[in-house]
Amino acid sequence: MAEVKTAKFKKASSQAVSDPKLQNTLEHVMGHFIEARAGAIEEFGDESWDQMRERASSIKKHALENLDYYLDLIDRTIQKNGGHVHFAKDTQEANRIVLDIAKKAEAKRVIKSKSMVSEEMGLNKALEKAGIEPVETDLGEYIIQLADEPPFHIIAPAMHKTKQEVSELFQDWLRTAPTQDIKQLCIIARDALREKFSTADIGVSGANFVVAETGTVVLVTNEGNGRMTTSTPKIHIAVSGIEKVLPAIEDVGLFLRLLPRSATGQRITSYNTFVSGPKFSTDEDGPEEFHLIMVDNGRLNLMRDPEFREALKCIRCGACLNTCPIYRKVGGHSYGWVYPGPIGAVITPVLTNIKQSKDLPYASTLCGACRDVCPVKIDIPKLLLKLRHMAVEGDSSQRSVSWIERLMIGQWRKTVSTRSSIERATNLARFLQVVVTKKGIIRNLPLPLISGWTKSRDFPALAPKSFAQLWQEKFSEETDG
Amino acid sequence: MCVTCLVDQFFPEVGIATVNSLRKAGVDVDFPSDQTCCGQIAFNGGFQSEAKKIAERFLDIFEGESYVVVPSGSCASMIKVYYLELFQDDPVLLERAQKLSERTHELSEFLVNVAGHQNIDASYHAKVTYHDACHLLRELGISDEPRELMKSVEGLELSEMQDSDRCCGFGGLFSVKYPEISKAILEEKLRNIESSGADILVANDCGCLMHIRGAMSRQGMKQEAMHIAQLLSPDADRS
Ligand code: SF4
Repeated sequence: MAEVKTAKFKKASSQAVSDPKLQNTLEHVMGHFIEARAGAIEEFGDESWDQMRERASSIKKHALENLDYYLDLIDRTIQKNGGHVHFAKDTQEANRIVLDIAKKAEAKRVIKSKSMVSEEMGLNKALEKAGIEPVETDLGEYIIQLADEPPFHIIAPAMHKTKQEVSELFQDWLRTAPTQDIKQLCIIARDALREKFSTADIGVSGANFVVAETGTVVLVTNEGNGRMTTSTPKIHIAVSGIEKVLPAIEDVGLFLRLLPRSATGQRITSYNTFVSGPKFSTDEDGPEEFHLIMVDNGRLNLMRDPEFREALKCIRCGACLNTCPIYRKVGGHSYGWVYPGPIGAVITPVLTNIKQSKDLPYASTLCGACRDVCPVKIDIPKLLLKLRHMAVEGDSSQRSVSWIERLMIGQWRKTVSTRSSIERATNLARFLQVVVTKKGIIRNLPLPLISGWTKSRDFPALAPKSFAQLWQEKFSEETDG
Repeated sequence: MCVTCLVDQFFPEVGIATVNSLRKAGVDVDFPSDQTCCGQIAFNGGFQSEAKKIAERFLDIFEGESYVVVPSGSCASMIKVYYLELFQDDPVLLERAQKLSERTHELSEFLVNVAGHQNIDASYHAKVTYHDACHLLRELGISDEPRELMKSVEGLELSEMQDSDRCCGFGGLFSVKYPEISKAILEEKLRNIESSGADILVANDCGCLMHIRGAMSRQGMKQEAMHIAQLLSPDADRS
């Protein structure tokens, strides 16, 4: 499995917010995505857009509630089409399946189109270890492969890289001349990849949707590399999370409307590829062998809980990242694993390690913007709250909240349990705050937690009299009388 | 009326303005004097058992009232939306929470939709900009009512800022757990306030106000941050 660095969220995120170049890029790219999305959904009007989301949500829900049935159906339909279906419990097993196929075929080079599940698997590293060369063919993925970095964003993995940085990577790896011309950079990548496409033994793709009824893997891409990957080499392996199931082919249309609009603000992507198995004997080209690997890797832990199951509806459009005030500041790498942003903060802890990822569910203001844009209506804030609840009151594998915080909240609860205790506590604080107050504000409060606030913001002093006291003095008589 | 902890202890002037605005709309205002907190801070922190105890206490105190009006989007959301979640496994408390939820209103929404006062007889000469507090907007769906109210105030000019619906980075405990991220988000809000050209930032939630005001005063900005009630009540009338 890809390395999990979620425990470093605090450090990584504070580094990210103090990197002006990164902040600039984030503001620019995220702003562009949000605007494009708004433009693309405008034609529907709020009401029909909402109906489409509702319908998509219920299709996904239905598919998940009957996942065993649909997985079995996929197994049968794909076999009927001449392909092979494998189920992998974890990423280790998934990697082993790929390597077994590769060894049998004596493969030396594997080309890949974009796949987040293969990122979970750490597939590139596993292939390299076995002496097989993996080549990412999505431009963004290719760039981060050269840079040896994980994706920064679900749909724009190299969005944090500037033209200059890309040019430098190409100079180092491809020995090309420096250039800041985007078109030129694309041509360089295209030339380099062309050669790889024509000589690869295996193509590995992801799957945006897997249609049970027909045994079809649907790929939504913009660069045409997905189609090359699935049709040029002799063997095509698609890797997918088990949750990517759609019941019927007629369901796909709705998702093809929702996904690109939510993701890039396109009405449709340049390529929508449907693969239902190896080539027919009458076809001139296409792979001779087709494998679909359905990966669990912790998803059944989400499935078991009806609330967490909602998170499996996700179609990885990235809209929640683009709109999230936190993601827009801390960027993708801070989250420490494959899936960043609001949806990452929900699924990463469950798919990897809840305790180790304890900071993610708290890295949210619960503003709800993610829920509003999600094309399948996942109530992300509710799931973050659920994870927080587990951190406080869950079992020993989930509890992570410190004793100081428990003590503070316990004390708070006692204080607000009666009016007299709150008056006692605040009157004491009123007496003490004189030391730190100037003109009604506190510039530095050396108390645990609060000191973080006063680093950049003034804290108000308690008012000389509480409202309750003022009410007694000012209004209660009028009311009583 | 539930004034909320922040108003009670830090911003009593907002409580007074709330009482005045309600009275102006002909509403008979009562302040159950035993009230303390709605429990939101514990609930958001994951401390559901602690939150439940406080929420139950809240039910006891406010159950008798015909309406509960709250001058805060997030506290109103806690009572209207999250109590139902908190008590979902307890049919008796859930029923009580449901009844309370139906009778609970955020101040601006109450004034417009229940008291029927789209037009408030107030005047306030200033250029203001409005920040949509997250829970008010997304949990309660309230964005038109406060704007209607502001437009009815004589002399008030509403100059919308860019991304008024984007979070200010407060998020309760978030602001102290992740002060750097919180600050970075807030900076963006301050820039938008600045470029709106307004003299006053208006919001319906003292959490956001405390946050925004705290940075304004630290950075020596000339703008002020005010609660909407302060524009509507006669006390606030400076014209
Ligand atoms: S949670 Fe929703 S908005 Fe976020 S990536 Fe998944 S589908 Fe898109």
